[in-house]
Amino acid sequence: MTSETAHTPGRPAGPGWADLPHLMSVMTGDEKHSPAATSTLDALWVLYDRVLKVGPATVDAADRDRFLLSKGHGPMAYYAVLAAKGFFPVELLSSFGSYDSPLGHHPDRLLVPGAEIGSGSLGHGLPLAVGTALGLRAQGLDAPAVWVLVGDAEFDEGSNHEAVAFAGAYGLERLHVVVIDNSSATHGWNGGIAARFAGEGWSAATVDGRDHEELYRAFTAPHPGRPHVVVARVEPKD
Amino acid sequence: MTTQEFTMRDQFALTTAELLDRDPRTALVLADIGAAQFPDAAAAHPDRVVNVGIREQLLIGVTGGLALTGMRPIAHTFASFLIERPFEQVKLDLNHQGVGAVLVSAAGSYDWPAGGRTHMAPGDVALLDTLPDWNVHVPGHPAEADLLLRHAVAAGDSLQYVRLSAQQNREARPIAPGRFLTVREGAGGVVLAVGPMLDAVLEATETLDVTVMYATTVRPFDAAGLRAAVGGRADVVVVEPYLAGTSEREVHRALEQLPHRVLGLGVPVAEHRHYGSMPEHLAAYGLDATGLHARIAAFLW
Repeated sequence: MTSETAHTPGRPAGPGWADLPHLMSVMTGDEKHSPAATSTLDALWVLYDRVLKVGPATVDAADRDRFLLSKGHGPMAYYAVLAAKGFFPVELLSSFGSYDSPLGHHPDRLLVPGAEIGSGSLGHGLPLAVGTALGLRAQGLDAPAVWVLVGDAEFDEGSNHEAVAFAGAYGLERLHVVVIDNSSATHGWNGGIAARFAGEGWSAATVDGRDHEELYRAFTAPHPGRPHVVVARVEPKD
Repeated sequence: MTTQEFTMRDQFALTTAELLDRDPRTALVLADIGAAQFPDAAAAHPDRVVNVGIREQLLIGVTGGLALTGMRPIAHTFASFLIERPFEQVKLDLNHQGVGAVLVSAAGSYDWPAGGRTHMAPGDVALLDTLPDWNVHVPGHPAEADLLLRHAVAAGDSLQYVRLSAQQNREARPIAPGRFLTVREGAGGVVLAVGPMLDAVLEATETLDVTVMYATTVRPFDAAGLRAAVGGRADVVVVEPYLAGTSEREVHRALEQLPHRVLGLGVPVAEHRHYGSMPEHLAAYGLDATGLHARIAAFLW
């Protein structure tokens, strides 16, 4: 893992990468987290810190980048990053899962500031992202990127395969997927997940999901005329 | 009916093409079925007419995604593949995301009997009854389909279901979205005919002293209209072109302050393992004029 700069000059200083474990512990009660709990943390941080053109001031802007968390299970890392980036106060994190909290064990877009979709049932984010990319294109909004995060076990759901084949055939260039691969799919993906996307005409990269520079390079790689997937490999789920 | 008859699906193609021309918020999402009806619209609006192929989970997911960007999507295929197959997508990609859409089905119950059970979805309206906020329209004539489609698309970001059928009444009625229409007045109870059931109901009740109401919007249910029509005798028969009894609960709610009786007629829940024609199926379900007369006359004695 590479070290992170304290914060971007010109931006107000907020919680940074080093603060995320503590923010998560407010929700989980654990000071140390299993690899599974943090499987998405590095990819989420690099996206929100360096890639996505969206922030608390632009959550309703038509030309914002969209990030859709499809893998809604275990959203603590997502909430920690959103809080660190100022989408909602960090004080909310301690309410995680309680009756009046906006922060459920699966996110609800009508409750969580900055959440583009409600998720939890697996296999819904990628089809929604395809529709989002089509909708932006139909309105002449060619600049915003649409990102969706799925898990390697979530990829079992057939709805993903409907979306991957269609988006590849359609050449949906503004669509991006990050697959967090912690080898948790029951029957595995013989030959790798990236091959499923590449076979449908996607631009595909497989990187170390804990290496922020590798993630950043893969996230920002050009992919003219094609959708892009980054498979971020992390430690196997224990 | 003949195969040359102008159908609700023909009307859907004309109306939708015009709406796509007029309103840049509209988009049409297809899953192969119906795509051949829209060659000009697809050429004129390549970014707003999307055929995802035979992928019905994606059909609804894309519809939800389009709505998330502020568009007014219209999704269309057979009811079996629009409501039943991707039902969780309807629940989560539309309702749960808090977005609206217009779902337009064809071949809901018995439109293609030779196609058998795989192409029948008489439970579609009952399924939507398990979700909040759905408006359900069941036109009985192409002109009514035109009016209800325009209403549904123009209705903000609401959730609208328009159920088109190959069965249709001989003439269009002066309907208003959301309201029941009194077609005939009598003193011996009310028969509520839904969409394409009207002609058979009128024929079946010709010799009976009953009020006949016509429903082309069934959700929300025009409870006030029904209450106003029952008068002193709250005996109601509902005749629906989908699962029998689907609207019985709505009638009970409408009449909860009155002693009342309800008979729900429609497509039986039992699987009917026969092919053949629509008239044969309607007769087998007791939904032709003869079958309806016998059951209505026995109930409204």
